[in-house]
Amino acid sequence: MSTMTVVESIRRTLDEEMARDERVIVLGEDVGQSGGVFRATDGLQAKYGKSRVFDMPVSEAGIIGTSIGLAASGLIPVVEMQFLGFTQQAFHQVGNQLARMRYRTRGSLTMPVTIRAPYGGGVRTPELHSDAFEALFAHSPGLRLIAPATAADARGMLAAAIRDPDPVFMLEPLRGYRLVRDEVPDGDHVVPFGKARIARAGRDVTLIAWSAMVQVALEAAKLAAEEGTDVEVIDLRSLVPLDTDTIRDAVKQTGRVVIVQESPLSGGFASEVAASVANDAFLYLKAPVCRVSGYDTPYPVPHLEDHYIPDAQRVLRGIRSTLNF
Amino acid sequence: MKTGTVSPIGRHELKVSQVLNESGELVGELPGIADDRLADMFRLMCLGRRLDQKAIALQRRGKLGTYPPLSGQEAASVGSAFAMNLDIDYFVPQYREQLAMFHWGLPLSTYLLNRMGHPAGADLPANGRLWPQQVALAAHLPHAVGQAWGLQLQGKPGVVLTQFGDGASNEGDFHEALNIAGVHNVPVVFVCQNNGWAISIPWEKQSAATSVAQRAAGYGFPGVTVDGNDVFAVYAAVAQARARAERGEGPTLIEARCTRMGAHSTADDPTRYVPADYVAEAERRDPIKRFRIWLASRGLWDDDREQLCIQWCDEQIEEAVRAFDATPRPDPETIFDHVVAHPDLRLRRQRDEFRKMQEKL
Repeated sequence: MSTMTVVESIRRTLDEEMARDERVIVLGEDVGQSGGVFRATDGLQAKYGKSRVFDMPVSEAGIIGTSIGLAASGLIPVVEMQFLGFTQQAFHQVGNQLARMRYRTRGSLTMPVTIRAPYGGGVRTPELHSDAFEALFAHSPGLRLIAPATAADARGMLAAAIRDPDPVFMLEPLRGYRLVRDEVPDGDHVVPFGKARIARAGRDVTLIAWSAMVQVALEAAKLAAEEGTDVEVIDLRSLVPLDTDTIRDAVKQTGRVVIVQESPLSGGFASEVAASVANDAFLYLKAPVCRVSGYDTPYPVPHLEDHYIPDAQRVLRGIRSTLNF
Repeated sequence: MKTGTVSPIGRHELKVSQVLNESGELVGELPGIADDRLADMFRLMCLGRRLDQKAIALQRRGKLGTYPPLSGQEAASVGSAFAMNLDIDYFVPQYREQLAMFHWGLPLSTYLLNRMGHPAGADLPANGRLWPQQVALAAHLPHAVGQAWGLQLQGKPGVVLTQFGDGASNEGDFHEALNIAGVHNVPVVFVCQNNGWAISIPWEKQSAATSVAQRAAGYGFPGVTVDGNDVFAVYAAVAQARARAERGEGPTLIEARCTRMGAHSTADDPTRYVPADYVAEAERRDPIKRFRIWLASRGLWDDDREQLCIQWCDEQIEEAVRAFDATPRPDPETIFDHVVAHPDLRLRRQRDEFRKMQEKL
């Protein structure tokens, strides 16, 4: 075990996967000499050379589209998108091209492409740098969508993504890059997709969160404990595939669910989770499913973002509302 | 000065290289192509023309979905395909490149199944050098660049050919793909079949540029404009571009100026927007007519050969239609196939539920 931050864990995994398989290449904006704006690729070009780590033009659709061809040629591209917000400019290449290439060709063209993108706010970025539109990508069949919250999961899930024969989109908790630090297993560590993690056990209320919101949920659970409420926290860590069985079992125990997400309320991924609760555990519910969420507004400017992003107090209100229903 | 009429050559006079003129006379240097390959090229062009007629008829009878005819573009499609090396080169098509796809080994019956909307129409030749036809305009251009770049990075042989239309050349993907191709000097040949129309929008209303080819300068590699109805001009330009790419000198953009003889697709009515003089001009410039005249002048074509050629085309088409008719309707459950390599529980449950529903029907 070694203790490290999320971004250190990602860097180490990229290094190990590049060493393990020479087909793995890294490409994106500023990933080479500069080592990525968050330093996730720092040192990789120096170690593996300019024929495996590529600085690409500012060209999001082109980067994803080119990766599709690179994958077809026999390579395993790991793409860094500088911010999730800018991936919108490549959305057609992700959703319409990369995600459905296996289906379109009945399995003759497969796409072992990993896309990494930091997402979410809380670090005072300029406009369009903080948006959390995970639901868009969750709505693209053929694409895996993972959102680790810890350094250990970042390592295990990125390794799984790179080794997967299909495209995987990894959302990285931007504000957790350096704030979150935990024990990361040594040796080969792979976390399979589709298995949620119980981040904290509890009997009264189930909190469901992913990525940076897991920390907020854990904080809220602590506050709730001071009020005598025993809160369970589930870290989904994989949105597609979604571990509906773990969600169902948790709800059967507690009967009360609060889902925390950073993105706008309407059409967000929390709605998908809520629907799965309604479908799988309706008769066990003691209160309506509560979503604590960003609002249906564009992501606000830095001076206002703290009011937009769910914090522990807002989550606590959600917990109380389900208890007092 | 604008004249108010739409010229297939665009708004300004432009240097367009030509080898074989509209009268079938040699006006440039003939590329070295063996006689039997010349006949193969001509036959494939004829097949395209006759397939258009058959496919449109099938569509009208409800047997085929939307069909994109290629009449008028046979020389551009076939000329560029024949200039490539089938043993090592790759082809990344848009949706109007059926002739080049046949050249890369796609069976005609598979193509018809694809246009019918049958999943078996997605099957590609096993060698992996033919990509599926792309529906989203220009979305395949970065794929072609990545494929070519990947070959180069791994020291694998081969050059990538990609084709698209003038409409596609105004998409962002076109520009991003060309930019990346230039930066990384990848072995790719871009062939724009500029037939002058993006459905109903003439080139003049698509772009203020004189040509598609001139845009290559902005990406740091050569762009050339050729008479796209002249199979030799297209062949020569693509062969040169291929040789450049193979020498490691990077990409080339070739604009083949074609004339569209029919509709954009079977869903379109060109009489609403195409001026009458355009139709006459397209017929005057017919790529098949001039090729036939030249072949005959060389003693490589006559009435007997013409007869045999027509017979061959019709046999190919009839056989494909028979195979297409004989293909059973797909098993509905196959909609769940090939989504991902390892379907997750949720997808497996949806499939199970679907199966049960089918069994009850």
